[in-house]
Amino acid sequence: MAMNPMAQFEVKPWIPLHLGRYDISFTNQALWMFVVVGAASLLLSYAAMSRRLVPSRMQSMAELSYEFVGSMIHSAAGEAGLRFFPLVFTIFIFVLFSNFFGLIPGSSTITAQIVITFALAAVVIATVIVTGFLKHGFGFLKLFVPKAPLLLLVLLVPIEIVSFLTRPISLSVRLFANMLAGHTMLKVFAGFVIALGATVVTPTPWFAPLSIAPLFLIVAITALEILVAFLQAYVFAILTCIYLNEALHLHEHH
Amino acid sequence: MDLAAAKQIGAGLACIALVGAGAGIGNVFGSYLQGALRNPGAAAGQTTNLLLGFALCEATGLFGLVIALLILFAF
Repeated sequence: MAMNPMAQFEVKPWIPLHLGRYDISFTNQALWMFVVVGAASLLLSYAAMSRRLVPSRMQSMAELSYEFVGSMIHSAAGEAGLRFFPLVFTIFIFVLFSNFFGLIPGSSTITAQIVITFALAAVVIATVIVTGFLKHGFGFLKLFVPKAPLLLLVLLVPIEIVSFLTRPISLSVRLFANMLAGHTMLKVFAGFVIALGATVVTPTPWFAPLSIAPLFLIVAITALEILVAFLQAYVFAILTCIYLNEALHLHEHH
Repeated sequence: MDLAAAKQIGAGLACIALVGAGAGIGNVFGSYLQGALRNPGAAAGQTTNLLLGFALCEATGLFGLVIALLILFAF
């Protein structure tokens, strides 16, 4: 293959910086993180600047996203979950914007770096654990003991513990792998276009017009990727709400 | 068999995980449609669960992909 489809995920240090043994270089990933945070902050602050009773287009967009996340938290974690609105909204907007910025050709998708998704997941799980222990004390450990006969508990408690421990992994790997797989697929199909188009200079030039087929496929896959970009941000946020709900209410229903 | 060939075969085998993900996602959407056609009134309220089930299902397949990438690039 002419181009390595994984080359797009490479971390390139632009301004090399070292702090003791640690490499804190300013990389292309850091730049795109600044772009994502800057764009999200600018857009939302601009939208909230002119607060009117009858909202302008920008303001209604901001209000829609605000209410979308608000109702999501309310339905998944109840009234008590609304205290965590800033956390969930920040995570949702950050993941959404970085997924969408990653779709711009030539940009780099920061959510396709496991270190970034894992950092997000670690923040979520740390919040869940701290909230759980603050609210219930050691009663939080009842989370691992569902209502079941004693004999079944022998089986269920280890399963609950393992399922809790794998949450940061599944939460981070889901987002990372979705972004990685989608963007790799786009690049692989782009490689098909080039490989078919390059047959012009070979003894079989009649293959070259066929390169339009993978090109159309790329358009279709890009549309799918836009859906996935939104869906993964939504799933990350709603799973955050569900985990917070368990920390707030243990197994009871709100 | 040399190591490079074994890696390629192993990465290919790891992608078998997608069989389960495909069957699972099909089941999620199929069951949703069945339920939604029987009781269309309740369908709109279950889209959150639908998307959640889809995402959880898809993740298991992607774990297989991650294993394939690990075999190819990390070892």
